[in-house]
Formats: sequence, C-alpha cells, structure tokens
Amino acid sequence: MSEMFIAKGDFPAIIERLMSRYRVYAPVKNGRYYDFAALKEAGAADLGFKNTRVSPKGVLYPQAERMFEYSLAKDDPEVNIVKETPKDFSPQVILGIRPCDAKGFKLDDANFCSDKFKDPWWAQRREATTLIGLACNTPSSTCFCTTVNTGPFDTTGLDAMLVDTGDGYALQVLTEKGKNVLGIVDLKPAPAQVAGKIEELKAGAEKSIPTAFDPAAIAQKETLEIFNAPFWDEIHFGCLNCGTCTFLCPTCWCFDIQDEVQEGTKGDRLRLWDSCMFSLFTFHGSGHNPRSQKVQRVRQRFMHKLKYYQDKYGTGTACVGCGRCVQACPVNIDIRQVGRILGSGCSCPA
Amino acid sequence: MNNPYLPYPVRIDSVITETEDRNLKTFKFIFLNPEDEEKFKYTAGQFAMLSVAGQGEIPIGIASSPTEKGFIKFTVNKVGRVTTFMHNMKAGDIMGVRGPCGNWYPWDILEGKNLVIIGGGFAFTTLRSSIVYMLNPENRSKYGKIDVVYGARHPGLLLYRDELAAWEARDDINMHITVDGTTDPNWKYNVGFVPAITKQKAPSAENSYAIICGPPVMIKFTLPVLTELGFPPERIISSLEMRMKCGIGICGRCNLGTEYVCKDGPVFTLEKLSKLPNEY
Repeated sequence: MSEMFIAKGDFPAIIERLMSRYRVYAPVKNGRYYDFAALKEAGAADLGFKNTRVSPKGVLYPQAERMFEYSLAKDDPEVNIVKETPKDFSPQVILGIRPCDAKGFKLDDANFCSDKFKDPWWAQRREATTLIGLACNTPSSTCFCTTVNTGPFDTTGLDAMLVDTGDGYALQVLTEKGKNVLGIVDLKPAPAQVAGKIEELKAGAEKSIPTAFDPAAIAQKETLEIFNAPFWDEIHFGCLNCGTCTFLCPTCWCFDIQDEVQEGTKGDRLRLWDSCMFSLFTFHGSGHNPRSQKVQRVRQRFMHKLKYYQDKYGTGTACVGCGRCVQACPVNIDIRQVGRILGSGCSCPA
Repeated sequence: MNNPYLPYPVRIDSVITETEDRNLKTFKFIFLNPEDEEKFKYTAGQFAMLSVAGQGEIPIGIASSPTEKGFIKFTVNKVGRVTTFMHNMKAGDIMGVRGPCGNWYPWDILEGKNLVIIGGGFAFTTLRSSIVYMLNPENRSKYGKIDVVYGARHPGLLLYRDELAAWEARDDINMHITVDGTTDPNWKYNVGFVPAITKQKAPSAENSYAIICGPPVMIKFTLPVLTELGFPPERIISSLEMRMKCGIGICGRCNLGTEYVCKDGPVFTLEKLSKLPNEY
C-alpha cells in the first residue's frame, strides 16, 4: 500500500483522533524508563524511546487477570459454581510497538491458540488490537533481531508501521485492520523523496546489528546432545533465578492459576505471570520436583527459547532479539552467548 | 467463545475411603447439567482438572470407565491444599471438573493384542478405568489375554478391593495381586515387590503390550524385567504425573522438551520417552 506522511506537528492531533474511537496504548516515559500505558492524553505518548523496559505483552495478557469468580456463601443457590468474569474486549491500538515485539505476539499466538485449544482472553484481545508499529532507526547495542528472523523494519507482525524521517512519520498501512483503524484520520500522501529516505534508514539500522548466533545450527543439533552437554554448568553458574528475564521477555508466556477469596464469601480465580526460573514452578504436591536444581531451570529457559520452540513449530526461535534480558540481567547472562554455545556445541571462546 | 478453562459444575454423589491410612478417597461426581456429561466424553487413560472454588485446581486421572454412564469417578490422594480440602468435602457439595485432558492409552493399536497391566500403589486409577473398559462385554473380544500385576505396600493400601476380588473370580483376566508384606495369615494372594512378581508370573511378550504406572522406584526395577521378557520400548507404555495448571498445553510448566505432559501426554511409550529430556 502507498505511503502516507504525518508531520510531527500534526501527530498529537492524530493520536487524539484515534483516542476518540479506541483505547490507545503508547510508550510513556516513567522515570528512567519507558513503558506502554493506556493514554489519558495524547501528549503523554513519547516515541523518542529505544524500547520499553517491559514488553507490551501485558496489554494482551495482563500480569494478573481475573479468569473467573464464584460465591462461597452457603445460602447462595449458586454456591461454588465458577463463572466467567465479564471483560472489556473493545477495540484498542498499540501505537509505537517495535517490530520485534509485534513479531513476538505472532510467536505467542502459536502457544495460546493451537488447533485444539484457544485461549479465549488472548484470542479476543488479539482480535481487538491493532498494532501501529514504529521502525527502529537506531537499534541498541543489545539488539539482535536480524539473527532471529525479524528486523528493525520488519512489518510481519504489524498492521501499520511508522518510520521517523526526522520532520515527520512515514506511514505504511499493511493490513485491512490497519486500514480500518487509520481510515478515521486524515492522512496526506508522503512526499516523493520519503521512500528513498526509508530505504536509507532501514539499510543503516540493519547494518548496525551484528549477527549474534545461528539458530539453524541449533535446530540441527540433537536435543539430548545439547540438553546433556557439560556447558550448562558454566551458563547457569551466575544465575540468581530472579526471573527478571522472563518477566520482561515478549515471548515468555508461562502463568500460574490461583484462587483468591475475599471476605470469606466470594472469590476469584486468577491467572498470574509465572516463571520457569522459580523452583515452585514444577514442584509436585508429593514433594518431588523434576527441575529442583537451578541448572535445570536455566537450561529449560534457553532450551525452550532456542531449541524446543524451533523443533515444535518449525518457525524459528521463540526469541525476537529485543535484548531486554541481556540489558536487565543482574549477572550479565547473555542469550547471544548461549546461542553461540548451543550452535557450536561447546563453550569454547566464540 | 468456548472457554477451555471453565469447569463444568458437578455434585459430589459419594465419597468412599479406599485405604486404611485414609489417604485415598474416591469421589463420584454427577454433572449438574446433564448435557455436560456428553461434552466430557473421555477415553481410558485421560485425566481431568478438578476444581474447588476458593482452593484451586488439580490434575487427577479419571478412574471411571467411559463404559460407566451417569457419573465420573476420581481417586484422590491427600497431599496438598486442594486434595486436603476435598477430603473434608461430602456428598451433596458442589465443585467443578474440567476436561477431559491429555491423550489416552492407544486403544486402536492395542486391539487384537495381549495386555500386561502393571500398577503400584495409588497409580492404579486410570488402570482401573482401562480394565473396566476392556472387560465390558462390548469390548472384551477386541483384546487378547489380559494379565494384571497390581501391588501395594500392604493389603490395606490396595484400591478397589471389591472389584479386585470380582476380577480374581473371572476367567477372562489373570490377576496377580501382591503386597510388599502382610501379617494377615489369611492373605490369599502374592507377597513380593511388583518387579519380582512380574518376573515370576512372566507374562509372554508375544503380541503383547505392557502398560505400567506406579512410583518411580517400581518402574525403574520393572522395566528391566519387561525387557528380559522381550518387550521392546515401543510396546511399553507409561503415564506421567506433573505439576499442571492449565491442563491444555498453554501455561508452560509440564514440558519434557517439546512435549507437554498435559496435552501431548500423559501417556508415552518408553521409546518416545527415551528421546525426550528426562525431567519428570
């Protein structure tokens, strides 16, 4: 589809127009960091960010979510019957999502919606959400999206993409969904020189990201060969099992289900983000724990991202190279280094 | 949209204490909405998530057989929060059941084959489902010889004792009941560990499949016996236990490599397990 153009001065009015019809999430500066938040005013959106601290997965899959509710009152005729909690699935927009995070949603889709089971909350929010992305002109030193089958200008997960051309945003509308949402705003066609400018920015951004490891080499390895390899002792050594990596990751979707009771007479069943870094994650009622050791939990996380997901779906790794785990790890465990070790089959200096 | 996390409401019809240590109780449930029974169509070997409002959910093997209509049964060991709460529930109480979950014993492949069923302790629930299913007059002719080795630590810990006695009396199933030890002078059956009794009874591997469920130590020492009897890994079938939350392959905790025990299992052949990380 043809490119449109929004002058920076016109941008707040465009956001306001979107907000009149949709709930709009955008990066908002929060202390030293950026996070996606539902906008209350158009001016709060700040696209001058590298990437948000936490991935936007929480927009589709909140960290804590009521699944069901029930009454425990003895005199209630429906006592103990678990019922759906009403939810708002009205249309919404994530504005400024990076191409890597949008690709992450596609990888998450494979988990939440298989042929056999559809997670109703993920599916309905996903359907209600339009992704207007922002291409990365200046990737971070921790970015490695091009290694894992996406890139700073990758449009595969997006409904529309903005490119910051300095004085304004070039806008590519990519899907029907994107067309419908952006149909409500007045857009001008992009000036002729914009296409060349985008190509130039794209080439520059892609060039700035080195190749970190070879996912195909990992796919070719025997699972048990790398699972049983001695290098895990070295990889896991510094890990604190803090779970920060799983919390920030756009493709860490694991959750717990817990019941919470208020005032003894009514309660909720909740779904809460959980982490394979925690020993309780796999702890049986009997006391047995198949992943009782830290090394097993660290191995599980990296094997899942880089090996199991590749083998299960054949669509590449469950990693989009956003680099959040690399930036935030308190002991500097680096998934790029782990990827090199898995691909080469040893922890020799890469 | 159909919500796979939403339990069907059920009424507890009866609670039976199975074992002398009172740690195992069998719950019989009746669906509050009769149409839910049809939706909960299951096959022997599957499990379900039992749901208690205010407590949580637990994965438990289905102990009733699909040939038993009008109710479903689960035998629950008291170990944690939900199971302990359930042990204090009574007939008439309302709770929930979600599922059925997971795969089942490969009944299509097992047709025309002899079956050696080996169970230990309280891991006999889906095996009970399987035996009742095979002994049903409509199904019995589909299977060859059925041998059952079932052991518990002592007679008071055997599940379904009335049914075991009834099966002993039949000529279309060979029961080998055993206990690790007993002080009962009238004990009529075997004394000895499951691996030793399996070796002693030596069921033929000819045209046979073995299904084995029990504590890890029992499985560990029984597998070499089965191998010695001539059972190849692709004809030894087991069912795994794992901590589960969603029961439908989404929440991420019960995987062995690429496979989720809740969705791709819990039933695996030994051959399949040998290719997966052994994190169970």
